[in-house]
Amino acid sequence: MRIVIASGKGGTGKTTVVANLATYLKLSGLNVSVADCDVEEPNLHLFLNPRLDIEKTTTVPVPKVDPERCTGDDCGLCAQLCRFKALILMAGEVMVFAELCHGCGLCTLACPEKAIIEDSRIIGVVRSGMVGCMPFTEGELRIGEAMSPPLIEAVKSASPKNEVELIDCPPGTSCPVIKSLDGADFSVLVTEPTPFGLHDLDLAVQTLRQLRIPFGVVINRDGMGNSCVHDYLEREGIALLGTIPHSLEAAQAYSRGQLHVGHVQGFEAHYARLWDNIRQQIGEIHS
Amino acid sequence: MSPASKPNKNAKAIQEVVVISGKGGTGKTSVTAALAALGPKKVLADCDVDAADLHLVLAPDNIRTEDFIAGERAFINADACVGCGLCLEHCRYGAVSAQFEIINENCEGCGVCAFVCPEDAAVMLPRHCGVWHIAKTRFGSLVHARLGVAEENSGKLVTTVRQAARKLAEEQGASLILTDGPPGIGCPVIASLGGADLALAVAEPTTSALHDLKRVHDLTKHFDIPLMVIINKSGINEEITKTIGDYCKDNGVEMAGTLPYDNAFTQAQIRALSVVEYDPEGRGRDLLGLWNRIQARLDQDNQ
Amino acid sequence: MIIAISSQGPGLESQVDPRFGRAAGFVVVDTDSGKHSYSDNEQNLQLAQGAGIQAAQNVAKTGATAVITGHVGPKAYLALNKGNIQIFLGASGTVAESLEAYKNGTMQPATSPDKQGHW
Repeated sequence: MRIVIASGKGGTGKTTVVANLATYLKLSGLNVSVADCDVEEPNLHLFLNPRLDIEKTTTVPVPKVDPERCTGDDCGLCAQLCRFKALILMAGEVMVFAELCHGCGLCTLACPEKAIIEDSRIIGVVRSGMVGCMPFTEGELRIGEAMSPPLIEAVKSASPKNEVELIDCPPGTSCPVIKSLDGADFSVLVTEPTPFGLHDLDLAVQTLRQLRIPFGVVINRDGMGNSCVHDYLEREGIALLGTIPHSLEAAQAYSRGQLHVGHVQGFEAHYARLWDNIRQQIGEIHS
Repeated sequence: MSPASKPNKNAKAIQEVVVISGKGGTGKTSVTAALAALGPKKVLADCDVDAADLHLVLAPDNIRTEDFIAGERAFINADACVGCGLCLEHCRYGAVSAQFEIINENCEGCGVCAFVCPEDAAVMLPRHCGVWHIAKTRFGSLVHARLGVAEENSGKLVTTVRQAARKLAEEQGASLILTDGPPGIGCPVIASLGGADLALAVAEPTTSALHDLKRVHDLTKHFDIPLMVIINKSGINEEITKTIGDYCKDNGVEMAGTLPYDNAFTQAQIRALSVVEYDPEGRGRDLLGLWNRIQARLDQDNQ
Repeated sequence: MIIAISSQGPGLESQVDPRFGRAAGFVVVDTDSGKHSYSDNEQNLQLAQGAGIQAAQNVAKTGATAVITGHVGPKAYLALNKGNIQIFLGASGTVAESLEAYKNGTMQPATSPDKQGHW
């Protein structure tokens, strides 16, 4: 069971929910693994303190032009065809600008002289380890690197498919999020009860509907704003999986990198209820 | 001297401040909306095109809307397809289904399938990724956009928004472009920072935000953009507030100031107001102080 | 020799465009004949990345052996270098004025890019 925790808006509490839900499930004896797919700003490790044993670099293909075989000014097909403008023809030779390359392989295929081979370049690292007996996987994108989807793919591949796999997603609705959501059995959308939270939740809802992934919503910091999100969920017939109340104590624990579960009184019950509702929703989908 | 006769001089005088955070949810948009209410004549740009919120406070009156067509998307004409499977074999993004249909959300628009298809059944079509608008608001013109659901090319749309904002600033004789940036450190953030005069990072006193602030700082250093920091919600954790302050001091990053945690920000948002309008004597004053520090830095860097 | 000047418009009286990759266009001047033409750069304006190298490619196609502009980033610098195109930075005023400055020898060829990427 792959459950992806996502949101439209950043900072609503995705990592909080993943870390606490995973801990609650682990304490309940469930066979659970976690993966942090927010490779631009991976924070899950701050709350779970994993013992990281393995670090592997992730690479993407990048073209290398053999100047002996390349016919230069007489051709220029690769530069012409590249949709990402990563190749130019200059002074009769092909220049490759690796950071712009999406690794699609078109130039390699198209070169009439077979002058292009594929080299590779590093986009980031994947780290694997354990939180006690719970497998933990994260990725970290190189600073200045624009492409996160291949690294997200690598994180997911490295993460063991335990009975329950919880995936922490980046914020937003564009390609890194789509990559993280790919293959999800269910998604939990985390939001906050404010106009910004509602607006961005709606964007996430549209995305999940387009991807046809079943989902429910958790309202974090419930009580800090107004009822606009509650009203929206009722109107749209979207399952409210749970709420986590607005609490100074919870905010302070979070600020220190501490979990709610085991540190903030009464909070374990919220995650227990959340899990019950998630299970119920998934059960309803299968029936 | 009117702007029209010396466009180059105006082009030099315009400065752009981009508000970023690394970590989402620290209060970027609330701070941007508040700063929009202060300072000189400006043009506003919302570059958080994945999840744009600034318009919820600024209540824009859209005067121009443009389609954003960028890159391409593959399309396989089922009638011409003979099921040879070359497209599926060569697509590296999992965008071709077993039934030889394009899975739009995965398509990068690279053109490989169209290249290998022996029947010309696979073709590349222009990709409509979203829309962008030029609007009037009570604080000045706003350029904002909406990226289509599950779309790529946020970097290009961000660039389009910023270019439109710069053009407006030149036309209107505005001296400032204030840009609400996206969270993270990836492509859309890089696109929003290029050529900016100052990056303003809104942090909060949590281990997560400190971790992300350091990565944002690495990014601004990588692209040679000066950085200033605001610590929002400072009351939550005094210790980490101090840690962030120390980090800034040790790394040559100027602190613009701090803002206490205050429900006034949420109350203002609920009323579609900036906190400067909602709480002028309280948080409004704090923000004016912050703006003055920012303006001083802009003046200093302009010399 | 042929020189390309990044410009906001097609004429010698047009203002220099300080950006290289995202310049509106290039006024291409043949200093021997005195004739000039305009190379439009519109298609590069929308590019989120790589505008500089595309512009460099276009400038090389005009046969220019020198470029006068405001700033260049690292990728454009590499590309122009490869094409043996001299780079003169810090131009301002009109195209005609910056051409004068170049002829008077008050501009020095750049030995490194002066801006980081994504400008």
